[in-house]
Amino acid sequence: MPTDATRADVQRLFTEGAQLVEVLPPAEYEEEHLPGAINLPLKELSRQAARRLDRTRPVIVYCYDTT
Amino acid sequence: MSPRAAWRLEALGFSQVYDYVAGKVDWGAAGLPREGTATTEETMGEVADANVPTCRLAERLRDVQERVRATDWDTCIVVNEEQVVLGRLGRKALAETADVIVEEVMAEGPSTVRPTATLRETLERLRPKGNTTALVTTSDGRLVGVVCLDR
Repeated sequence: MPTDATRADVQRLFTEGAQLVEVLPPAEYEEEHLPGAINLPLKELSRQAARRLDRTRPVIVYCYDTT
Repeated sequence: MSPRAAWRLEALGFSQVYDYVAGKVDWGAAGLPREGTATTEETMGEVADANVPTCRLAERLRDVQERVRATDWDTCIVVNEEQVVLGRLGRKALAETADVIVEEVMAEGPSTVRPTATLRETLERLRPKGNTTALVTTSDGRLVGVVCLDR
């Protein structure tokens, strides 16, 4: 089950090597994203796309807000 | 959207998946750096001076005045232990000679701007009103810093 992360958790996990993933569409990612985040839009989150991520390290996903 | 992505990643075999549910809005509201094409303009969070003097409600004004005089500031922000802004001491309060505590002379509920506001739009909005400084807080009211608008 995914774990909810706070802002402080994100900062700590990222420092410890977690992968930060924005799941919004590319245009929104291009406009503004968290430093170091990669873009894997939800609509394209296939098995193939997920190969960009390292399974051995934690992954943090985020979008705009809670919606 | 991110909860669905988090579950999808779990279904794809990832075992350490975290969901930053508050997302970009929360990150930006805290004044943290961002990257991308829309972030080239200077924001209030980036230019705010976090070294502005602060004090607590129950401190003796005299002690605070002494501390502020040792700096080149002419304002002091009243915060609680969580760094939430409760008031502000301006020039007049800092010149007060009575032996009182901060709470008795501070300006209550000072106006604030968010760290995500751009410097340009804030200057355009506040300069005509005669404001010389802008107090920057996060969306949950925590002090980020102060921007001098007349420099």
